Amino acid sequence: MRGDSVEERRFKGPIRGQLIFALLFLALSILLISQLGDQTKWIKKTKFAAQPRLWPMIALAGMVFFTGLHLWRLPRRRILHVDLQEAKRWLQVIEYCLWFIAYVWVVPNLGYLISTLIFLPALAYRAGYQNKKMMTYAACIGFSIVVIFKSFLEVKIPGGAIYEFLPNALRSFFILNF
Amino acid sequence: MDVLVSALEILMRWDVILALLVGSVGGVVIGAIPGVGPAVAIAILLPATFSMDPIVGLTTLLGIYGSSMYGGAIPAILINTPGTAVNALTTYDGFPMTTRGEARRALSLAYSASFFGGVFSVICLILFAPTLAKIAPLFGSREIFLAALLGLILVIVVHRGQTLIAAALVCFGIFLNTVGLEPVKYTKRYTFDQSFLSGGIDLIVVVLGLFALSQAFYLLNGDDEKIRLTKLRGGMLQGLRELAKHPRIAAVSGSFGVTMGMIPGVGEFTAQFLSYSYAQRSSKRPEDFGRGSSEGLIASETANNAVPAAAMVPLLALGIPGEALTAMMLSVFYVHNVVPGPQLFANQMDFVVALYIALLILNVLVLVFLIFATNSIINVVKIPNRFLGAIILTLSFVGVYSLRNSMTDCIIAALLGVIGFALKRLSLPVVPIILGMVLGGIMEVKLRAGMARVKEPLDFIDRPIAFILFLMIVGVLILHVRRVLAERREIKAEKFANKHASTNFGYYLKNRQTRIMNTRSKSVRRSHLRYSRRDK
Repeated sequence: MRGDSVEERRFKGPIRGQLIFALLFLALSILLISQLGDQTKWIKKTKFAAQPRLWPMIALAGMVFFTGLHLWRLPRRRILHVDLQEAKRWLQVIEYCLWFIAYVWVVPNLGYLISTLIFLPALAYRAGYQNKKMMTYAACIGFSIVVIFKSFLEVKIPGGAIYEFLPNALRSFFILNF
Repeated sequence: MDVLVSALEILMRWDVILALLVGSVGGVVIGAIPGVGPAVAIAILLPATFSMDPIVGLTTLLGIYGSSMYGGAIPAILINTPGTAVNALTTYDGFPMTTRGEARRALSLAYSASFFGGVFSVICLILFAPTLAKIAPLFGSREIFLAALLGLILVIVVHRGQTLIAAALVCFGIFLNTVGLEPVKYTKRYTFDQSFLSGGIDLIVVVLGLFALSQAFYLLNGDDEKIRLTKLRGGMLQGLRELAKHPRIAAVSGSFGVTMGMIPGVGEFTAQFLSYSYAQRSSKRPEDFGRGSSEGLIASETANNAVPAAAMVPLLALGIPGEALTAMMLSVFYVHNVVPGPQLFANQMDFVVALYIALLILNVLVLVFLIFATNSIINVVKIPNRFLGAIILTLSFVGVYSLRNSMTDCIIAALLGVIGFALKRLSLPVVPIILGMVLGGIMEVKLRAGMARVKEPLDFIDRPIAFILFLMIVGVLILHVRRVLAERREIKAEKFANKHASTNFGYYLKNRQTRIMNTRSKSVRRSHLRYSRRDK
């Protein structure tokens, strides 16, 4: 929501949510800088430029200072309903984070191929593509991703624990390629 | 000549040629899909290139980087949605041309301008390489520190209207880089006694979180758009003829692209802005800009495609990446123990020239591919957004997990994905975090090395290049402060102009009687004068 003040009209980007983001970022910065003495060391008889604490100190001081200034220069300093709605929108994506983490957790157990063949169509289903055509596309794309990355480009993804139940010849083939 | 021959020998391998083909075609397709972009693609592919030879891996990534902007022009012109962020200016003149029924002309012109920009910058840099090879060894630790600092300041300053938060995000990037075991004194920094943080936070995890996962979340959280595509008929070569009618705009835009690409932290947007403004100022029909001007299209497309080759200069010559994509490429060098910097230019010039020739070939390949395949490529625009989000989420897993097979890396990437999503929603920049992380690390190492031989603070800038860089930093800061003050004056003037009531009511009350009297006496005198005239 954009107000009538000159600052609000000239503000770059949407105003909704800016205040909450700046407050959260400032809180994080203050929390981190309060741990500076505990989490970094100042070593005696060592030059200033070589101190292990120097760069975290510069970074965190910069975070606090610039975020503080940003907060001060924000055109609106009152949390409105639109700000809360925007924050709710950020929290909504945690669902997809959980999808991603579940996928990461399943791969070492079920194997890359089976996990992907389940994950991509399931996520497509969740995203609203509930017809046969899109589900088939999702499964085909999932299969292609596994073949390109694991079989062809040989990226480091471990074989699934489930492959241990396969006969010897098939097991090594599946561990290497899928 | 020997360098050229050995550079060609490096390229004459089947895997390099395959990498060029895959990179160029893949880059065009990725660029043409709004919502993917080269940063996401490079972030996902990065770990896969670690097992390749440096030249093969870099050629693939360079292919994607160099050709994505060609592809990005397609949706920018046809559906008014830029395929990559740097094609935003293309929509200004490209889409109005499509609405006039000149889609084919606009596309052809965009390809030709992009081709000219790409080739122009590579030729400039090949010619410039011997001079660079002489200048690069003059950069010691202090100069590299100052150049990195200049890069960080520029990346903050170019985000007009968002400089404060950009500075905070740069500092956040620097902080992320400091987490883990410090390599000189072996002390832990911000590990909170957690073993998974001792190894530090990997750049690729941050890049994938902020670019790929956040983009996946953004698409999954949004809605699908209905897209109507225009059918294209006829050839694609007329653009080259039209481009030949505007050699001055093409050359100036190409030069802006090369210059801005070489300055760390500046990049495509500034190059485009400068060339577009120049083209508009010098045009005979400035009123056409933004309404389908061919000159505007040439200016924006030439400038943005001249940047990738130039952006490789600070990376190769000094080891300083100027933007997020070259920062990602830096990790390919590190994985193979090839340290970019003055030594690379001095000892492996053939490798550098091979990369430039690869870029040259790439531009030709992309142009030929687009001339024949545009009609097929435009269909990728139809992929629904949320379906694309699901695919990107699946692909992001490959990038993060294949790095160290670590669950914690994936969790960190997912958390950064949420932060990236919030930043996207708020239109705040992500690039300062990446550059803060990369340049912060470089600055820490170079300051430590540079200060070892410095007795007084002024000794730090006692060498000519260090002094020039210092002056540039001071100059940029002064210009920025001037601009901020000018903006504040503008805001004040605008506020005053819009004011409905007196803001100085006390003063008004104090002087009310005198004012009324004055006004009253003036009007009385005026009326008396009028009456006296009438009497006469």
